[in-house]
Amino acid sequence: MSQGTEGKESFHRFLEGKGVWFAVLTTVAISIGGLVEIVPMFTVKLGPEALPGVTAYTPLEIAGRDIYIREGCYTCHSQMVRPMRAEILRYGEWTRAGEYAYDHPFLLGSRRIGPDIQRVGGKYPDAWHYEHMRDPRSTSPGSLMPTYRWLLHQSYDTADVVASLRALRKVGLPYTDADLAGAPAAMRAQGEAIVGRLATGGITTTPDKEIIAVIAYLQRLGRDGRAAIPPEPAPAATAVRTR
Amino acid sequence: MEASSLGLGDPGELKFTIPAGSGPSAYDDDVVRLFLGATVLWAVVGMLVGVTIALQLAWWPANLGLPYTTFGRLRPLHTNAVIFAFGGNICFTGIYYSMQRLLKTPMWSRALSRFHFWGWQAIIVAAAITLPLGLTQSKEYAELIWPIDLAIAVVWVAFAVNFFGTIAVRKVAHLYVAIWFYMSFVLTIPVLHIVNSLAIPATLTRSYPVYAGLTDGLVQWWYGHNAVGFFLTTPFLGLMYYFLPRIAERPVYSYRLSIVHFWALVFLYIWAGPHHLLYSALPDWAQTLGMVFSIMLLAPSWGGMLNGLLTLRGAWDRVRTDPILKFLVVAVSFYGMSTFEGPMMSIRAVNGLAHYTNWVIGHVHSGALGWVGMISFGIIYWLIPRLWSRPLAYPGWPIVHFWLATIGIVLYTVSMWAAGLTEGLMWRAVDAGGQLKYPIFVDIVHQLNPFYWMRLVGGTMYLIGAVMLGWNFLRTVRSKATVTTGAAPAVAAAS
Repeated sequence: MSQGTEGKESFHRFLEGKGVWFAVLTTVAISIGGLVEIVPMFTVKLGPEALPGVTAYTPLEIAGRDIYIREGCYTCHSQMVRPMRAEILRYGEWTRAGEYAYDHPFLLGSRRIGPDIQRVGGKYPDAWHYEHMRDPRSTSPGSLMPTYRWLLHQSYDTADVVASLRALRKVGLPYTDADLAGAPAAMRAQGEAIVGRLATGGITTTPDKEIIAVIAYLQRLGRDGRAAIPPEPAPAATAVRTR
Repeated sequence: MEASSLGLGDPGELKFTIPAGSGPSAYDDDVVRLFLGATVLWAVVGMLVGVTIALQLAWWPANLGLPYTTFGRLRPLHTNAVIFAFGGNICFTGIYYSMQRLLKTPMWSRALSRFHFWGWQAIIVAAAITLPLGLTQSKEYAELIWPIDLAIAVVWVAFAVNFFGTIAVRKVAHLYVAIWFYMSFVLTIPVLHIVNSLAIPATLTRSYPVYAGLTDGLVQWWYGHNAVGFFLTTPFLGLMYYFLPRIAERPVYSYRLSIVHFWALVFLYIWAGPHHLLYSALPDWAQTLGMVFSIMLLAPSWGGMLNGLLTLRGAWDRVRTDPILKFLVVAVSFYGMSTFEGPMMSIRAVNGLAHYTNWVIGHVHSGALGWVGMISFGIIYWLIPRLWSRPLAYPGWPIVHFWLATIGIVLYTVSMWAAGLTEGLMWRAVDAGGQLKYPIFVDIVHQLNPFYWMRLVGGTMYLIGAVMLGWNFLRTVRSKATVTTGAAPAVAAAS
């Protein structure tokens, strides 16, 4: 095992009298595993595999992602489809590491009180998400989900989102100065497109609402990089992937 | 009052008994009393939030339609309150009480002890305010926003300086096994906390971790699993090594076993994190390392359990009558049970079924309610009469508390096992034609409702026990009856 376990009581007895050495050896013992597991993650060869075609979130999607974090959506919804036949049937293609390349923080989740939403992007129309947040039971009868009506009335703060983009750039998201300067206009444009699609479903709202940002984020989930993922055989014939 | 000699057992083991204390003298027990009071308070608060979110899963209108009271915001409040407020405060209670007596010296700095106490409580209050407001970093058990993270680092450094300062001025040559475990707690928590919390602030309340995607996930679960390992396991094993021999008046069973299982535990635990990411797109080598080390972890975990249970050799007759020993025995047994279940759940194939289900919640609670909670209650009931020099106001209540808690845990874990297996099997069920048998997710959710109610009953029983402890504690410390002579009366005397 590790230091000092070789059964010599006399040595360990000696060590018990040396507080500093005991602390040093304990620190060594608890450091090895973390170093061996974490450091290689930063190398190209051993770290998460990149996936072509994955791009950074738009400003409005970042606003939505921040709301997703604020509301603790990840406490009930996972964002990771496992390479298993039943999961692929239920949710869609299993998740590749490269799909998370721009996720700070990661939002894989640890519980499925509700379903996985890694592949929810494009699965339902925008109006479905609007109604689902207003009253989850209107779209999913019997759902346990709380209502999120405040998302329909509260507005996000554009300046706040720009501050987020600035911080995200520092941790590695490839936003240019032009991206930051153009963020408010980009948010409005993407928001108005969603408002337009909602209007065709008979819903009247404005692009500054939090629900618009949340819809933008949810509709974006799990879509990038799909072109790079080889097509699966027909689901019925798909064996359990063990990778 | 610390006069009882522990010179029992065979001579070869004598050196491994706890050094007998030298009387009340100059030990700083004020800070111990403060931490104990805080422990009782946060136990009730944290478990009340737990029962609330359990109700929300059984009956969704309990989310109240307010942003501040939804499950998504209250679940982190529950986990933080029980782990860091209840769990943290009982660790500090036991550490400040025992290390002064084990090292035969008061704490190195009274001021740092006070700073530690008030700083830690301020952090808890800040958590209780920010989490319902939706201010969170989203990483499990590391949700608190970056200014609070900084405060945690500062308070922990103060604790560590005081801890090692006390070791430096000790009057006893050799460090007893409890101190080794405390040391691994004091040293490892800041390493985990700082590495996992590295982030770039965007505003005063929001920041983004420097790690991306699955690297962030690996760092988080390296932290998260070792929050279990070094916050809810090693300090509690230290408490076991001090309080169990003291209360049972038996020497620790095996010195050699304690050496082997200490070093093996602290070395192996740190590798186990990736078992939280099995079947994810985390690189295979990392998943396999996590699984293999998780399975190996069974050995040192059971080493600790056996050393605890075998310490009771010759004291089992007292377990029948002493509620405090009952709490301790059930605690150590649940430690053994959940450290068997954990490695088993880390086997890929088992994890494929268990992951994302209520089984994980059941597993966590057999450790948290069974191990952490029960050993804490036992220690608290033993300490109250000694710290306040008076008998318990309601000496017959601890045994009621014990049975409420024990039956509550059984209801909790059994219902969550059943719920976890139900949903895990229904998610994957495929008919003869190769199609999902239960394609509508919410249909599966419905099947869990009876289990959620059963869990609520178990959790409520556990909470009622904690409330009984709280009331007993309040009435005891406010009573005028003091005992001035001899050892403090054991709770058992009245039952």
